[in-house]
Amino acid sequence: MRLVRALLPFAVGLPALWAIQAAAPPQLAIILVTAGVNVILAVSLNMVNGFTGQFSLGHAGFMAVGAYTAAKITLAMGEAPANWSPWLWNNGAFTLALLGGMLTAALAGLAVGIPSLRLRGDYLAIVTLGFNEIIRVFIENMRWLGGATGISGLPPYTSVVWVGLGALATVVVARRIVGSTHGRALLSVREDEVAAEAMGVDTVACKVHAFVLSAAFAGLGGGLLVHYILLVTPKSFTFVKSIEVVVMVVLGGMGSISGATLAALVLTFALELMRGLDQYRMVMYSLLLVVLMLSRPTGIFGTKEIWELLGPKRKKAAA
Amino acid sequence: MSAPLLEVDGIEVRYGAVTAIKGVSLKVGAGEIVALIGANGAGKTTTLKAVSGMLRLAAGGVKLAGEPVASLKPHQFVARGMAHAPEGRGIFLNLTGAENRERGAFLRRDKDGIAADLEKHFTLFPRLKERRTQVAGTLSGGEQQMLAVARALMSRPRLLLLDEPSLGLAPIVVESIFSVITTVNKEGVAVLLVEQNAHKALGIAHRGYVLETGKVATEGTGKELLASPAVRVAYLGG
Repeated sequence: MRLVRALLPFAVGLPALWAIQAAAPPQLAIILVTAGVNVILAVSLNMVNGFTGQFSLGHAGFMAVGAYTAAKITLAMGEAPANWSPWLWNNGAFTLALLGGMLTAALAGLAVGIPSLRLRGDYLAIVTLGFNEIIRVFIENMRWLGGATGISGLPPYTSVVWVGLGALATVVVARRIVGSTHGRALLSVREDEVAAEAMGVDTVACKVHAFVLSAAFAGLGGGLLVHYILLVTPKSFTFVKSIEVVVMVVLGGMGSISGATLAALVLTFALELMRGLDQYRMVMYSLLLVVLMLSRPTGIFGTKEIWELLGPKRKKAAA
Repeated sequence: MSAPLLEVDGIEVRYGAVTAIKGVSLKVGAGEIVALIGANGAGKTTTLKAVSGMLRLAAGGVKLAGEPVASLKPHQFVARGMAHAPEGRGIFLNLTGAENRERGAFLRRDKDGIAADLEKHFTLFPRLKERRTQVAGTLSGGEQQMLAVARALMSRPRLLLLDEPSLGLAPIVVESIFSVITTVNKEGVAVLLVEQNAHKALGIAHRGYVLETGKVATEGTGKELLASPAVRVAYLGG
């Protein structure tokens, strides 16, 4: 029964994703993939910045770790051997690559998290930002990782279905965490670390768990992204990318899963819709952010989820 | 006599170069109220934080029910039956009273027992029942303090550490806080009470310790200390 419940979102999501993929024109598919990757990044960063109230600025660094690992794996696996079904081989290789990317990103998260999560607030932000840059500069100077030009010619494995499943998995995991005892511990850490400790919450372990999980999903996002643009380069993973994700989380509301999801979708589509504005595009984008933050300083949903906000209103309308 | 519930043996704590407490020893027996009193800066809060693992010990040891606990982290004490209501109350200001108290039972898995305790404590804290859906940050100082005590009790501790529960509260509220402490104690919970309000604290305590610049200056029963000239010296300077 529990397994059925856990798999239900995927059972419903998969046919829907197949349908969307079949119906979407190529231009829309590009936006959908970008939006989906952004949802993965925003929801996973929300596990750290939103649930536990820590401020990480290094999400792109973990993306890079996942992306390079996945790229190396798919390139090493290569084309399907003659006696294999190409569909099975490709998807199998991609699954392996994404899992590998998540694993290495998680290990990177552990390595960064254990020493730095004893720090709080601004200090953690600085350390994670520094880590992001270290990863990028490291990659730029490694010839076997393609240096500053990166690695091109990746197989085009990413599709709307893959990204959709990834986003769905991220959201489901985030939801499950919030509902669990562990999730309550994370939220207690956000509210008041000393009080959480007095309640018997192991605050450092809590923060490290959230950080590692968040890094793993950043790695998933990275792996999916580079197998769509077919190129993995350190330029995709600068701290500007990290800040983009932070903006989505802040805009959606720290700690709100539906908020982060919506913000990731809105910002991706807004950027695309404003393409016609040419050089004014980024100006309008910034203006949109300023206006949104002025009108809703705690983000679109605050710490609440969309259904919690809709609930009382519905009752009012009925009465 | 079996080992006391809490045994603090010659602990020292340093903040950098400054030694804040220099060899404090004290005992809390099962079911006792022990007051730790002293002037500002005497080391009362530091002692309490050292006992609950929030500060590292430079020397000395702490035993809880005979077991050495000095190397444990703060969160590990809760499972061993000790609850700490930290200074400044340390409640979750953005959560409601009910949510705060549920967090107090974080380590417990007996759902029915938790629900029963939540209900039972309403008789102890009637104000919290009226205000249970209100966000803790909007409660009055006294209600917040009640909430801090109520939340600490949710872990079903054998020993409750209270840091300045009367801080910044009106005399009538202080009165009711102390009566709650007495009631809780009668149900078998030992209390280590840090207070500046020496008369009130010694009034309900079985025993007490007077701290002076990081050392135990005097100890005795509550009544003895209330009558003792040394206590007057510590507070009134002569």
